[in-house]
Amino acid sequence: MDIPYTVKPRPDTGLFNAKVGIWLFLASEVMLFGGLFSSYIFLRVGADHAAWPHGLLNIPIGTFNTAVLITSSVTVVLAWAALKMGNFKKFRLFQSVTILCALGFLGIKSFEYKDKFTHYEVWKKDGTRLTGHIDGTPWFWETKTLQEKGIEKLKFLPDAHHYAAPKIEHAGASSGEHSDAHAAIEIPVSEIKRLSAFVPSHSTYFGIYFTLTALHALHVFGGALVIAFLWGPGAKMWRTEPERFTNRIEVSGLFWHFVDLVWIFLFPVLYLL
Amino acid sequence: MDASTHVAHTHAPHETHPHDLGFWRSYIFSTDHKVIGIQYGVTALLFLMFGFILMMMMRWQLAYPGQPIPIVGDLLYSLLGDEAIGKNPTTGKAGVMLPDLYNSFGAMHGTIMVFLAIVPLAFAAFGNYVVPLQIGAIDMAFPRVNMVSYQSYFMGGVIMFASFFIPGGAARSGWTSYSPLATLAHPELVNGQTFWIIGMVFLITSSLLGAVNFIATIIQLRAPGMTWMRLPFFVWAQFVTAFLLLLAFPPLEAAAVMQLMDNLVGTSFFLPSGLIVSGNPADVSGGGSPLLWQHLFWFLGHPEVYVLILPAMGIVAEIIANNTRKPLWGYKSLVYSVFAIGFLSFIVWAHHMYLTGMGTKISTFFQTTTMIISIPSVIILTCLFISLWGGSIRFNTPMLFSLAFLPMFGIGGLTGLPLGFNFSDLHLHDTYYVIAHFHYVVAPGTIFALFAGIYYWFPKITGRAMSEFWGKVHFVLSLIFMNLVFQPMFAQGFAGMNRRMWDGGATYLNSPEVVGLPQSMIDMNVNISHAAWGLGLAQIPFIINFFWSIKRGRKTNSDNPWESTTLEWQTPTPPPHGNFDKHIEVHRGPYEYSVPGHDKDFTPQNEPEKHRKH
Repeated sequence: MDIPYTVKPRPDTGLFNAKVGIWLFLASEVMLFGGLFSSYIFLRVGADHAAWPHGLLNIPIGTFNTAVLITSSVTVVLAWAALKMGNFKKFRLFQSVTILCALGFLGIKSFEYKDKFTHYEVWKKDGTRLTGHIDGTPWFWETKTLQEKGIEKLKFLPDAHHYAAPKIEHAGASSGEHSDAHAAIEIPVSEIKRLSAFVPSHSTYFGIYFTLTALHALHVFGGALVIAFLWGPGAKMWRTEPERFTNRIEVSGLFWHFVDLVWIFLFPVLYLL
Repeated sequence: MDASTHVAHTHAPHETHPHDLGFWRSYIFSTDHKVIGIQYGVTALLFLMFGFILMMMMRWQLAYPGQPIPIVGDLLYSLLGDEAIGKNPTTGKAGVMLPDLYNSFGAMHGTIMVFLAIVPLAFAAFGNYVVPLQIGAIDMAFPRVNMVSYQSYFMGGVIMFASFFIPGGAARSGWTSYSPLATLAHPELVNGQTFWIIGMVFLITSSLLGAVNFIATIIQLRAPGMTWMRLPFFVWAQFVTAFLLLLAFPPLEAAAVMQLMDNLVGTSFFLPSGLIVSGNPADVSGGGSPLLWQHLFWFLGHPEVYVLILPAMGIVAEIIANNTRKPLWGYKSLVYSVFAIGFLSFIVWAHHMYLTGMGTKISTFFQTTTMIISIPSVIILTCLFISLWGGSIRFNTPMLFSLAFLPMFGIGGLTGLPLGFNFSDLHLHDTYYVIAHFHYVVAPGTIFALFAGIYYWFPKITGRAMSEFWGKVHFVLSLIFMNLVFQPMFAQGFAGMNRRMWDGGATYLNSPEVVGLPQSMIDMNVNISHAAWGLGLAQIPFIINFFWSIKRGRKTNSDNPWESTTLEWQTPTPPPHGNFDKHIEVHRGPYEYSVPGHDKDFTPQNEPEKHRKH
């Protein structure tokens, strides 16, 4: 009285149950991320073009992270193929690389997040805007923090270039990351209309950036947990039911590929466009 | 397909019979699809009653604005306090529903009825119990996922229910939770709207898990011989419904996450630039779009309408075929139509948004698709009507509810057309006409079909039949009162009565410069409210009948009391864990009733052809 086709594929559909399940789940995930990507398009199309922040993310780091995830996608397939050939040791090896890549990705991502939380924009009452760092690199300051701390003059290290200003065509000046270009200035708080770190409430761009990447990071984390479970305690099944275990690796691998694919879309949309 | 493919090649831990498992694993943490179906059914019926009670209290406020609610007024005051419940200025008696509470009840009535009552009952409860039986499966494809699906639904329900009792009360921005209102309506940081969003995330997770499970089960676990075109129509309806839930809900989840960010973290996804709140510029970055929320909401919202109606059509089709003792007329047309509806329901959503100023070209597109989607709906209804032709109809309680479904859904559907055309929608938008329209679809439509389903499958679940006499009393009274409630609302809507007025329009009485509602329209509120309370009383026979019949109803003495052809009646009664006590192989289509030359007027799907010896 067991449920059929949990391991062997059903002849007329050619699929075992979990494979149908994961593909359906991924279809739903496509709609979830699709909803957020559509929102990105909708908000960007409706935005004031000059005010849309761009060039504020670190492209080399993003590229590196993309490579990390693609590597993990390769090792997931290799691990599954190793199991198909009955080589459990190789599976363990490849899958440990996958897990390390996942952790590496999350580590680098949190480093990027930290960078944003200490990077600020100042809207002055005269209409000019500056991006840069506050002396002492505090996290999460906002306009009312200045009053709460009783600050009268804000020590600020402005970036060479503000994203809304026209592009300057020489090396090193196109990215807001290079904050050492100018010396520190002091801005009287009475001149500041708004102060915000590059946090979700900074603008709809950072709102959607953090929402999308955090949701993606959650998926990376969840996928890594499952893969780690199947690498460690869950691997016991290899001895009793090798075929079922291989199926599990395949299903978790499908999810992992999807997570990578989402990043492949996220990277150009958020970093490059 | 030969029988050997049915044998499982798995060494999974063997599941034992439920009586070996003890109370908790048999009834609370069960993985059996039938127990989960019943869990869903009971919980959803309780929420159906709760949502109805909210509405009955609102109807008092509409009929007698500013007067204390009788019977429950004091109770409400002690539960919700003087933020929500006022006192009558002359008598000092507590129990007056204040505007914020009215808005809360309105928002939560919609949310509870759609997400916690009808969908779980129509899709999850009936689907869980009946679909595996009808396709000859021993359980769902993923029993543990099924259990988690129910638990997630239950958690969502608890969160929604708890939100009534937190400071500031439950969400009060309508069941649609339009931004920026939903972000600004509550002064508290964590508020009813937060609870609403978190609750929705649980409910969306639950539907996602349920939908994956249903589709995988129907694709993978059909018994040998159960080819696609031998599936009962109910299974098809659930199959398409599952796809709607699978694909339409996630964008709402995305929207819910963004609204949560707006409410808690201070983003501006749905808050436009230059937003003024109470005379002051809002302290947000701006740049967001309220329209975006509406697009994402209705991208779920419209398929959701078909999630509400398709399972009901499936139930009605089963009962009509069974009680006319005839095959369904146009089985293939029904199947193709249900697919057409499923597909088209994804591209009609913005007909809810004609008045947002999104542009005439977009309106024209959605107006066109909306008219097109009415075609498959009409095909389904027509097939069901023609199925009645020439049948020797048995007028039992499930059949009466099913028969009433047809014209009631017809009224609901046809009155939708003026809302689908943007020129007539300009006048009718947000009036009581809209309320009447969609309640005709869902209340005397879907809910009647659900009652029919309960009366129909009750003997399979319990081994006892519900009382026919009290069933008919329930039916006649419900039919009368349903129409008395909703028919006058069409008139109120034509007169321009806005659907969200806390005092039932008394403020605008005879003030032609504002709205110009005539006295007769306002007076109808009293009649409607009386009918609504009558409808509440009409459910008492059902409730008593339901519980009484579980223990004391007439024993059916047969596994197939309705003499049906489909497989759920080929099990022992009630079906044990694992469902079937014999090998099931399907030899014929689902509706072989009154086939000439057969010795009885129904031939079950698993009955082999005469010339084949087994």
